[in-house]
Amino acid sequence: MQREEWGFVHQNPRDGLRMRVSGGANVAEPLMYLGQRHYGKMRQATIDWLERVELDTLRIDDKPRNFSGGMQQRIQVARNLIHGPRLVFMDEPTGGLDVSVQARLLDLLRELVRDLNLAVIIVTHDMAVARLMADRLIVMKGGHVVETGLTDQVLDDPQHPYSQLLVSSVLQI
Amino acid sequence: MSALSPLSIVVEDLAKTFVLHNADSATIPVFHNLRLEVRPGECVVLAGESGVGKSTLMRSIYGNYLPTDGGVRVMHDGAYVDITRAAPHEVLEVRRRTLGYVSQFLRVIPRIPTLQLVMEPLLENGVDCDEARRRATELLSALRLPEAHWELPPATFSGGEQQRVNIARSFIRKYPVLLLDEPTASLDAENRAIVVQLIKSALAEGAAMIGIFHDEDVRDAVATRLFPVSQFKAAA
Repeated sequence: MQREEWGFVHQNPRDGLRMRVSGGANVAEPLMYLGQRHYGKMRQATIDWLERVELDTLRIDDKPRNFSGGMQQRIQVARNLIHGPRLVFMDEPTGGLDVSVQARLLDLLRELVRDLNLAVIIVTHDMAVARLMADRLIVMKGGHVVETGLTDQVLDDPQHPYSQLLVSSVLQI
Repeated sequence: MSALSPLSIVVEDLAKTFVLHNADSATIPVFHNLRLEVRPGECVVLAGESGVGKSTLMRSIYGNYLPTDGGVRVMHDGAYVDITRAAPHEVLEVRRRTLGYVSQFLRVIPRIPTLQLVMEPLLENGVDCDEARRRATELLSALRLPEAHWELPPATFSGGEQQRVNIARSFIRKYPVLLLDEPTASLDAENRAIVVQLIKSALAEGAAMIGIFHDEDVRDAVATRLFPVSQFKAAA
């Protein structure tokens, strides 16, 4: 199930990518795990996915370390979607990124989620990311769920003391 | 619409009290035992001074605030859905197809061009891209938003321009129920007149509306009746 139907995007791309093989190989690998052996087809699928995540396909053979943090994160997204999962876990997917890179990645994720009809569980500390990305919100504290509901309702009219504290602590710009 | 057509919105014994847990659990009662019924073709304008709970009532009807007691039934696909008790998925579905909301401010998704933002409600309802684009350009022209702006994200637009983008998003499809929170607040007289026309034609086609308007001209032009929220004021 993990291989076929799930994906997992880590906060740090280094935890989700194999740093010794090329970016392209990282994207193609899940197909291999699932038994595909036709090299040409896998390469084509990889090129298609690099385009979808807006990466230069000419760099397909470059190692992950030669890509920027935002690009590495997009390689990781492609690697986790290429096999057509139904559920994807994302752990602070834009956590370590510059805000302009973060905005671009969030746009991309929103589009992919809508077009591929994916179910996504995303972990974030950033209320703005939650509002932008999520339909439903679960607020957790000390290992327990303290509040759940429609994202805009939980953010605009939080009920639990901890949710109220979180929302009232967000800095305005 | 005939007086016999089923009610579009039924607010039953609604109460809302805010409890601020991080301020010594201060409670702020807003209203209680509030009842309101709205029929297709009706535009009920919420009246009362600032702080009386007009926006709180409207947000409770939209499912954005969680009422303390009572229910809000909205006619959706021929049956009533109680917004205060429905599952999040159900509320989102009611909002997508039945319940539109025009706020004073445009909450923009960064970097999405205006035209795309206006088309979105149609695309989400399965209208094809060319048709959505045609209707969006038609409406933006009617609202006199300069064509040079259409491919730009609205973040840098003036208040009045952003408000017109917001209005275009909500009038591009015919929502059976519309909530209008000061949709004309930052518009000039000519643009207000255009919005009044949009509201009137939606009413003529049977939309049910609840509105907050501080501008008396607009209010007199669109209101079918006034609803004083203060009559349900909860004691502090």
